[in-house]
Amino acid sequence: MREQSKYLEGVDKKDLFASGHRACGGCGQALAARLVADAAGENTIACVATGCLEVFSGPYPDPSWRIPFLHSLFENAAAVASGVDAAYKALKKGPVNIIAQGGDGSTADIGLQSISGMFERGHNVLYVCYDNEAYMNTGVQRSSFTPYGAWTSTTPTGNTTRKKNMPMLAADHGIPYVATATVDDFRDLQLKIRKALTIVGPKYIHILAPCPLGWGHHGELTVEICRLAKDTGLFPVYEIVDGKVTNVKKIPAKVAVEEYLKPQGRFKHLFKKGVPAKEVDEIQEIANQNIERFNL
Amino acid sequence: MLKQIEGSHAVAHVVAQCRPNVISAYPITPQTHIVEGLADIVGAGQLDAEFINVESEFSAASVVLGASAAGARAYTATSSQGLLLMSEVIYCIAGMRLPIVMTCANRAISAPLSIWNDHQDSMAVRDAGWIQLHAEDNQEASDLHIQAFKIAEQTFLPVMVCMDGFILTHAYEPVDLPEQKEVDDFLPTFKPRHIVDPRWPRGIGLFADPRFYMETRYILHRALEKSEETIKEVSSEFAKAFGRESGGFIKTYKLEEADVVVVSMGSVVGTIKELIDQLEEEGKKVGLLQICSYRPFPRKEVYRALKDKMNIVVLEKCISLGRGGILASDVRWSFPRAEKKDRDISSFVAGLGGRNISIDDLRYMVEKVEKEPVEFEFLGLRTELIAEKEM
Repeated sequence: MREQSKYLEGVDKKDLFASGHRACGGCGQALAARLVADAAGENTIACVATGCLEVFSGPYPDPSWRIPFLHSLFENAAAVASGVDAAYKALKKGPVNIIAQGGDGSTADIGLQSISGMFERGHNVLYVCYDNEAYMNTGVQRSSFTPYGAWTSTTPTGNTTRKKNMPMLAADHGIPYVATATVDDFRDLQLKIRKALTIVGPKYIHILAPCPLGWGHHGELTVEICRLAKDTGLFPVYEIVDGKVTNVKKIPAKVAVEEYLKPQGRFKHLFKKGVPAKEVDEIQEIANQNIERFNL
Repeated sequence: MLKQIEGSHAVAHVVAQCRPNVISAYPITPQTHIVEGLADIVGAGQLDAEFINVESEFSAASVVLGASAAGARAYTATSSQGLLLMSEVIYCIAGMRLPIVMTCANRAISAPLSIWNDHQDSMAVRDAGWIQLHAEDNQEASDLHIQAFKIAEQTFLPVMVCMDGFILTHAYEPVDLPEQKEVDDFLPTFKPRHIVDPRWPRGIGLFADPRFYMETRYILHRALEKSEETIKEVSSEFAKAFGRESGGFIKTYKLEEADVVVVSMGSVVGTIKELIDQLEEEGKKVGLLQICSYRPFPRKEVYRALKDKMNIVVLEKCISLGRGGILASDVRWSFPRAEKKDRDISSFVAGLGGRNISIDDLRYMVEKVEKEPVEFEFLGLRTELIAEKEM
């Protein structure tokens, strides 16, 4: 509680990421982007990758950003942010918050090399990944964050591989701060943004951001789906400070994965015969492994 | 100060004198000596800059993009595959009007892998919206970098200085290196136009729907065309300040009296001039038109220089596969439609993948076009290596 009041002091709804953008109703990413911008405050530069966020918030001449916004390509947000960091150092300007932001495709797949480079070089950049578990902007194609069993337009019979573990991959670069968060617990999310921005060096925050369109859930359920993702153990929420896993969010009452899967159209093929398909057992196994690994 | 120096080190020296704030690069032969030279200069504390060693050329270009958008004078260098890997960012840099300067140590493109010189790499991004200047020798390569920063920052267009890999980058020649004060007097401090800065929040790199996209391309195209004036002005300011001619749009050699004119660019023009002198002694009048600014293309100058010439031969180190000579197309396009009929414009491709272009090759080419025009020919081709059915 003390940590909350320390980091959340002065955080309020400033609308630095303004309403009126073109995201779908119930978009987890839009909610997350606003929470991130408001937590970071005015003294912030957003380096955004191509994707849903950039498309719904960055059309000329009506961008939603009230902080400087820099976009060039899909796979280079972390490298562009490295350049901004280098310029601020060289020109002896700042301090300034530099936040590179991208979806799961630009983070886990096409932009992974550029993120790895930014981490390894030690830039003073916070990288925020909005994880909606597929390429939503292009029409729900599979990414390496797509969970096991999920339908996407390129895995029509269900995804056969497990999700890439990006927070651990980030932490293994030896960076000082890694955290996961979800959009339902906005205080926790904003606290982690604020905390990360007090640390000099590369930081990584992985935010679960449900996509009503791609996940096939009602927009009203975005927040509830996040709670279920945590309470099933499918999305563990924790921090990794200087390489040590800490502040793991305990599950108040464990929920079976079926409760999480059933409201989502992307998993409905797993229940169409009236009984759960064998993939559901595999997904429960993934949740159980997380619970054991993180002592959720 | 005249110094016997490797081309790459001369370029590193003058780039440092231009005081870039951010340098980012990834190693690729034959560009490496340039960035090694700059790393040494930064490491020795002689240049106060951020030197960012990245994990790919793609990130090198992205780092200088970000740095330039944040108000820094930014520089990178690459070659060949590196330039192709950068190409997505190369287009972005121009579209975002970021005045970045890059050296392209020209090298062939895979496959097959070749580390040796031709112009295929910079040609692959000729339509991206960058100014492309081609150096004849190491003196000009050095001088063009000083001019490039000034041109870029006056036009808000990125500038690529092209110098032939190995032939220039690794050659030791006497180069007149300027004093720091001369460069400081010539090149004013960079005053960026639009930057990301929380004091003035703005979006850079917004997306444009069909109502707006085409105008951005028109404006960029016009900016390239209009940069002609700046390129010429900066070249003549340079001549005044440093006492030697470098850069500009085109250069000519013994052109006025010439019956046959060779059009080319890059280091091969040295060999062409040597041949022209030899042929002159034999009573033949051959001249040279050298393209210094390939983009924007000096259409008017080319026409003015060649309008009374009836026998023209274009020699180039690149090819549009399935089409033919690229520079030859540009030269043919420089003449008004009505005038094209009676003029012979021959097209030769040579020196691909570092194949040596000898003075005898050039003599063969000139003697051949004296007899009859050549639609298109590979010069110096080893036909004995090619199977009959592949011919």
